[in-house]
Amino acid sequence: MERNQQLRRQLAAMRQSLFDQGYLDEQFIQLEELQDDANPNFVEEVVTLYYRDSARLLSSIEQALEKSNTLDFNKLDTYMHQFKGSSSSIGAKKLKAECTQIREYCKAGNGDGCVKTFQQLKRDYATLKKKLESYFQVARQAGPKEIASRSK
Amino acid sequence: MMENGFSSPRNDRFNPADLRVLVVDDDPTWLKILEKMLKKCSYEVTTCGLARDALSLLRERKDGYDIVISDVNMPDMDGFKLLEHVGLEMDLPVIMMSVDGETSRVMKGVQHGACDYLLKPIRMKELRNIWQHVYRKRIHEVRDIENIEGFESIQMTRSGSDQSDDGHFLTGEDLTFARKRKDAESKHDDKDSGDASSTKKARVVWSVDLHQKFVKAVNQIGFDKVGPKKILDLMNVPWLTRENVASHLQKYRLYLSRLQKENELKSAVAGIKQTDSPSKDSANSFGLQNSISVHHHNDVSSGSYGFSGSNSLVQNVNPKGLEGDLKGIVTIPVTESKRPLTVDVPNQRNVRSSRSSQIGFDCSFAPGESEVSFTAFDSTVPSQYPWSDVPQTQFKPEHKPLQLEDGFSQLSLPARGHHIQNDRLQSCPSISPGSSVADRDNNLKPLDTMYKSNYASAISVGTAVDSFPVQTKSHMVNHQSFEAIPPATSSMKSHGLNLSSISDLESAQRNINWGIGSSLAALDDDLQFCWLQGDCLPMNLGLQDINCSGYNDPGLISEVPFHLYDTMRFDYDHHYDPTEYSVIDQDGCSAIMGDNAQGQK
Repeated sequence: MERNQQLRRQLAAMRQSLFDQGYLDEQFIQLEELQDDANPNFVEEVVTLYYRDSARLLSSIEQALEKSNTLDFNKLDTYMHQFKGSSSSIGAKKLKAECTQIREYCKAGNGDGCVKTFQQLKRDYATLKKKLESYFQVARQAGPKEIASRSK
Repeated sequence: MMENGFSSPRNDRFNPADLRVLVVDDDPTWLKILEKMLKKCSYEVTTCGLARDALSLLRERKDGYDIVISDVNMPDMDGFKLLEHVGLEMDLPVIMMSVDGETSRVMKGVQHGACDYLLKPIRMKELRNIWQHVYRKRIHEVRDIENIEGFESIQMTRSGSDQSDDGHFLTGEDLTFARKRKDAESKHDDKDSGDASSTKKARVVWSVDLHQKFVKAVNQIGFDKVGPKKILDLMNVPWLTRENVASHLQKYRLYLSRLQKENELKSAVAGIKQTDSPSKDSANSFGLQNSISVHHHNDVSSGSYGFSGSNSLVQNVNPKGLEGDLKGIVTIPVTESKRPLTVDVPNQRNVRSSRSSQIGFDCSFAPGESEVSFTAFDSTVPSQYPWSDVPQTQFKPEHKPLQLEDGFSQLSLPARGHHIQNDRLQSCPSISPGSSVADRDNNLKPLDTMYKSNYASAISVGTAVDSFPVQTKSHMVNHQSFEAIPPATSSMKSHGLNLSSISDLESAQRNINWGIGSSLAALDDDLQFCWLQGDCLPMNLGLQDINCSGYNDPGLISEVPFHLYDTMRFDYDHHYDPTEYSVIDQDGCSAIMGDNAQGQK
């Protein structure tokens, strides 16, 4: 019981830091609220799905950016729009903001800006993934109830 | 195809929890979230990752969904395209969603007919209320149906008598007319008329590609000049028939006009006052027409649109019921719509009508003037029949000028429409007492100052000669399409005129009503035909019918002259037995289209 308490506290802290550091926004809370008995692991499922699905898109973007001399801004913009939409689903605030930034660079025809911001985006993408994975891991240890903890 | 699109509206109690939602998004994560959210709202959810799949799902189960939620950006098909298709084929409410809240995009969504545009991330609270879109639609549908049901029963009674393949809309008497019309058409364009009967029943699934070809062709030709034949040629799809295209074009116009209706209610009003403007044509008879057209304008401006207009019209009609009383008509109908003006108009007309039926006739003729008017002419012709008791042959719908000559040798004015009017006027007197003019004036004045002037002129017209200003008015009505479409407008007005005349006639003679109704139908819209058939014939509902058509017309005009007609038909068809009517539509369409095309040539 003691250990469980500890896990819960840890979980809450992890979660809070994701918000505090600007990785997540309220959409994540929405997901938590959708979680119920019918889908006890809903949040995790959604996050997993997001990372599975967006990986392909990310590599497409990477490929597009490799041809930096003949960068197709329209295409890139479409990708970024897609990626942004996807990222909004889990409330990945930072990623969303970076998508927006890249799209602005696209409009301005700023290839360097696109590349630089995308590098940052990739890092944040990976970081968030790691953080969420460990978060869910702890959540699983703490038991189903904890997942739904909703300290705001 | 048409039947598919129109699921029978359900009269049962609406339960938001029963909502059947189809969600379309290429993003699986969002799909999963939305599914969960919608289920939490206790809706029945179907998800779909591809727009094309969604479209085929919708086509497979015509009545399987109540509302569609679609992402805007999808790789296989633009969300706007899907939206267009859904609007065109299923007439379901569609909610668009996107991360992108750019005003232009939202606007585009609304322009394409989206009932809502949600920004991602979408919230539960937004989804909890989406049933309102379905409910709203249903309320309108039920209203329509209730109104229509009365007609339907009527129609049933008479249905047995005459349902020729070609002449569906026409009543027994009219059949001859229909045939003639057909003949005339065939003269104009043999192929067209030929196809009509043979391919009537062929149903084509308008795939995205096919539709795109279609749209491309329409754009290439130019919307004003578009006709099924031309489109067909441009599309170059061997198995496609002119009928198919005509039917689709009709839907497309309906769809566009619906969009316009939704988007442009604001603009319509100005036209009314303008009525004074001098008419282009020299015909005397126009005066009457003008007055009538003015009314229509008013209606339009008031904001009634083809669709909504029809509903309100219907309702109005019902109250009036079978009675021929002019008063009854006046009071009930218009009020619904927000426009005060409209109401006035009917009254005025009624007043007049009772006294002098002639006026009404005149009006009907007027439309013929412009190119578009061809159709109008045809229609007008039939109406003349009853009045003058002239043999049907005279009225052959073929060309306006021809008709005029035949039917109306007396007053033949240069303008086609004019001729007609004149004739009528003359004939009319016989029907209704000549005193009418003076009376009318008096009546009119009290009703609307605005109109008074017009009416007065109109009355004078009754004498046969007068001002031509009315026609110009019609132009005013069309906001957008003024230049291109003026003729169409005029025809519309004529409808309105017919209506007024009808009311008059009603009191006086059912026969007359008949004629009018037929004339109306013939004029432009198959829709009207349908009404006429059911309504007028057995019951002497002529008045109602007329009113309806008149109202509709104005609305239509305001939106898009050409499209309007089509739209109207659609609605009607829906209400009625879909299969039957769809057929009719096609025929009607083809006929109309042919007319238009010819007219434009």
